[in-house]
Amino acid sequence: MVDFVWLVPFLPLIGGVVLMVFGSRIGEPRAGWLATLVTATSFLVTVAVYFDLLGMPSEERSHVVTLFQWIPVGALQIDFALLADPLSITMALFVTGIGSLIHLYAIGYMHGDPKFSKFFLYLNLFVFSMLMLVLGENLLVTFLGWEGVGACSYFLISFWHTRNSAAVAGKKAFVTNRIGDWGVMTAMFVAFSAVGSVSYKAINDAAHEGAMSQTAISAIAILLFVGACGKSAQLPLYFWLPDAMEGPTPVSALIHAATMVTAGVFLMTRVGPVLAESYGWVPDTIAIVGAATALFAASIAVAQHDIKRVLAYSTVSQLGFMFLAIGSGAYVAAIFHMVTHAFFKALLFLGSGSVIHGMHHEQDMRKMGALRTAMPVTAFTFIIGWLAIAGVPPFAGFWSKDEILLYVYADNRLLYAIGMLAALLTAYYMTRQVIMVFFGEARWHDAASEHGAHGDFRPHESPKVMLIPLMVLAVLSVVGGAMQLPFSKDLHFLEHWLEPVVEEAERSISGTWAYDNKYVLLLAAIVVAAAGIALALAVYARRRLPAIEPKALENAWWYDATVARLVGGPGAATFRGITRFDSQVVDGAVNGAAALARGVGSQVRRSQSGFVRAYAVILSLGTVVLLAWFVWRGWLAS
Amino acid sequence: MDIAGDFLPPTIEWFALSPYIALVAGALILLLGSLTPQWPRGWYGLVSATSAGVAGVLSVLQFANLADELPRTLVKGALAHDRFGLLALIAICVAVVFTSMTTVDADTSDSLEHFALLLTAALGAAIMVTANDLVVSFLGIETLSLSLYVLAASDRRRSASQEAGLKYFILGGFASAFLLYGIALVYGTTGQTSISGIGSTLAGEVSVPRNDAMLLAGVALLLVGFGFKVSLVPFHSWTPDVYHGAPTHVTGFMASLGKVAAIVALVRLFVVAFPTRADDWRPAVFALAVLTLLVGSVLAIVQRDVKRMLAYSSISHAGFMMVGLEAAGRIGSSSASDGVSSALVYVVLYSVLAVGSFAAVSVVSQHASDVTSTSEGQSTTSLDAFNGVAKTNPVFALGFTVLLLAQAGVPLTSGFVAKFGVIRAAVSTESYVLAVLAMVSAVIAAYLYLRIMVSMWLSVPASGEATSALAPKLSLPLRVTLVSAVAITLVLGVLPTWLLDVSDSLALFAR
Repeated sequence: MVDFVWLVPFLPLIGGVVLMVFGSRIGEPRAGWLATLVTATSFLVTVAVYFDLLGMPSEERSHVVTLFQWIPVGALQIDFALLADPLSITMALFVTGIGSLIHLYAIGYMHGDPKFSKFFLYLNLFVFSMLMLVLGENLLVTFLGWEGVGACSYFLISFWHTRNSAAVAGKKAFVTNRIGDWGVMTAMFVAFSAVGSVSYKAINDAAHEGAMSQTAISAIAILLFVGACGKSAQLPLYFWLPDAMEGPTPVSALIHAATMVTAGVFLMTRVGPVLAESYGWVPDTIAIVGAATALFAASIAVAQHDIKRVLAYSTVSQLGFMFLAIGSGAYVAAIFHMVTHAFFKALLFLGSGSVIHGMHHEQDMRKMGALRTAMPVTAFTFIIGWLAIAGVPPFAGFWSKDEILLYVYADNRLLYAIGMLAALLTAYYMTRQVIMVFFGEARWHDAASEHGAHGDFRPHESPKVMLIPLMVLAVLSVVGGAMQLPFSKDLHFLEHWLEPVVEEAERSISGTWAYDNKYVLLLAAIVVAAAGIALALAVYARRRLPAIEPKALENAWWYDATVARLVGGPGAATFRGITRFDSQVVDGAVNGAAALARGVGSQVRRSQSGFVRAYAVILSLGTVVLLAWFVWRGWLAS
Repeated sequence: MDIAGDFLPPTIEWFALSPYIALVAGALILLLGSLTPQWPRGWYGLVSATSAGVAGVLSVLQFANLADELPRTLVKGALAHDRFGLLALIAICVAVVFTSMTTVDADTSDSLEHFALLLTAALGAAIMVTANDLVVSFLGIETLSLSLYVLAASDRRRSASQEAGLKYFILGGFASAFLLYGIALVYGTTGQTSISGIGSTLAGEVSVPRNDAMLLAGVALLLVGFGFKVSLVPFHSWTPDVYHGAPTHVTGFMASLGKVAAIVALVRLFVVAFPTRADDWRPAVFALAVLTLLVGSVLAIVQRDVKRMLAYSSISHAGFMMVGLEAAGRIGSSSASDGVSSALVYVVLYSVLAVGSFAAVSVVSQHASDVTSTSEGQSTTSLDAFNGVAKTNPVFALGFTVLLLAQAGVPLTSGFVAKFGVIRAAVSTESYVLAVLAMVSAVIAAYLYLRIMVSMWLSVPASGEATSALAPKLSLPLRVTLVSAVAITLVLGVLPTWLLDVSDSLALFAR
């Protein structure tokens, strides 16, 4: 079965091609069902591959399926090959699994949109690209998917491109990601020049066996991290992600919460041995960037009013946790958190989409409230998501976040403190959101007139196609933690599964204080989550404390504005200067050369008089010169 | 008898000579036609195209045979039988087939002499490219040249055509005289006229007193003679006037066939006969290449007539071929053979481009003379005649654009393969100056092709409104010619593998 792994990306590609050609003829809602069907089939194939791998001894669970020779140019031999191993199949499982649920949800959410079938075309192409990214056997195949998801993300953010803000947000995401792409490309070049190959196995082996200089290893690691920062919205390249919320909500859930933004974490895990062998400051940098991002984004989320922007900043913050884990050598924990985060963040986004749908496209939380009666299923599932992300046991998020913090404590206690603070803020802002949306007094009566509703504006529950994915994800958010429970080594299912991939890089913490006292840390995490929830309850439900929502936080520390001003002011001036240099100096040189050529030509042209006698003279003079040269040479020789 | 006993007749490999025989047979059939009443329109062209086609197929067969045979000489060393000459022979036959098809449609009367001359010119060229003896080579040159003189003057209604023929004849006579004197001087020093014989004699004469001044004077005059045919600067001055004055399809024929014959003969002569004197002739070739590259491309861009533009561009192309010869002159270098094959490949690919491009020009000029028949004297090949062609006939304009892009050396066309080959040969023999100058010249020349394209695609037609009724009309043979030329250009541009595979065997000369 593992040989059929190519079907996994191939099926969504087929779906995308069919929709591209016949999309408008298939129409709504069949286009949506078709897209959902291919993604779900792809999920089933992945499950089959998963069980196939599971049946093998753990050291044999790595299969390369070469589809064709892609680039055979001299020393550069790149195959178009897929790699089926525990890491890639884990990624493929949740990409296709959550992807199918979100496809299903989108059938309801996109109802009535004039570009209905085109939306599903993009979604299918996105799933295809994402699967190429995770299944790629070498950096180039991954890069193909990397660029593909970037392009699809761009199309989907600006899906409603007639809205100016959507068009601008799409452009912003695209441009920011280019910076990251530069990193990946340069890393690829360095890897090829240092190892002579871009396949992961070759690079990781070369790093592990010391066949590369440590400088080259570190260069590859840090350049790939630059790429990961762009794709996974880490400081300083995070600011495109909140704006990406301009896209339809299923897009936010699929691309900007569950799958694409985790590509950076995946890439870091894939090249774990390279990270492990690089200079010490490389993992440290990753951990610091992750921790800073986690705290920074959580602080901003505290003061946002847009229901989706809260979740967007929360995503940035959670991705920060994953990078903190990578930097601390906790690869399993990073993947664990990535998976649970995919469950609950997709759930929260889809829930918010359901709210937005029910509120007739109102996204301001200040105009919501008491929605639990109007949309009970949405409210119930959203609350499960809230408990999961806030870190309340036994929900999924608690276990994965705790695992990360355990490793961080063993690595660096300052970063642990920052992580705990971010976790506190997470519990706080999520509680705030739940209260503002689902509890308290209903503030949407005032909003009714703005929407031109006819006096009887009532939020309504969403259709079944949207609620079923919510329920499935809610269940997963509850039980997802069972993948990796801390109590006994036998319960570390995910760790055993991923072991062949991460064993070279994974840090061992057994014997440290943190490991021996992990229940203390567990307790601390519960206390922090409870404190955050209690604080938010005191402020927003009981109104005992005034709400602290300073402008600085609401405006995201003015980071975005500063970047915009820098790029728009001095940045634009610099580029204008370069343009001027190009148009005057470079073009001037070119034009000057052209003018010179024309001038000379016009002069020499006069010799072309049309008289045979003149031509004969030129010919003879040329002969004389040639003869003189040869005879002189001959005279020298003899 | 005694005499018969002494005389050993040369063994004649009739099959190896069959391409020449096919060309002669075609010419003879056409000339016999002068005894019969006028044939139906197109039949003369059919005969010449067929005999050239047969000759081409025979050459291809022999080219293939040489994959597992060693190159050898024919007719007692008079002709060389090697892939170097045979590839050129194939190109010559292709040029004749194409030209026959475009001539059928040309305005000049459908006369059998015209087609017979195409075949005799091809015969002369065929002998030039395979000649292994200076005297045989000279015979080929004269056969080719005399046919071309007449062809250039064949449009009897236009005085420009008469003038072109006469100019070419007088200056060509000049060049032939130099060439013959050069042969005489070389014979005087080495005592023989066989090209491979001269090579081995010069290689073996270590102890013999050298008379290098006389020998090298001969080499210089040979270079002048062939340089005239190739139109190297400063022996190029006839080219623009003759190319401009001659009927357009004849111009295409001269540009392709004349260039193939002269370049191939020149490379064979210098590489086979004078490798021991490479240090002497290489600087001269270098200087000629530089002059030709720069003068050709710079003068091309200030022209206002498309035929003159393409004439100068053909001069600039000759400069590129000289870059290949210069690389071939680095005898000690392992890449010298790359120079030989790249020069050959360049001229072969250029010959297709030249026939196609001039055929396209003839379409437009024919059309222009139909439309503006009243205004006498105005050239029908001026750049203005091309204004807005793309609007009236986009497919034709697209085809012509492909040919022009190929001449400019744009990737995915055969022109890129050609330019890349010679520049790579120059670089791998460490002739960096020449490589850089060649690239600069390519950039300058690109402007000229762009001017024609801009005129076709972006300018407004002179006649005002663009309707399909005013579109240039293309007959079937012209269409076939243009489509084939474009197809060859693109196929060899996208898949140059075959050419690159055989290129090693191209540099194996028969000795």
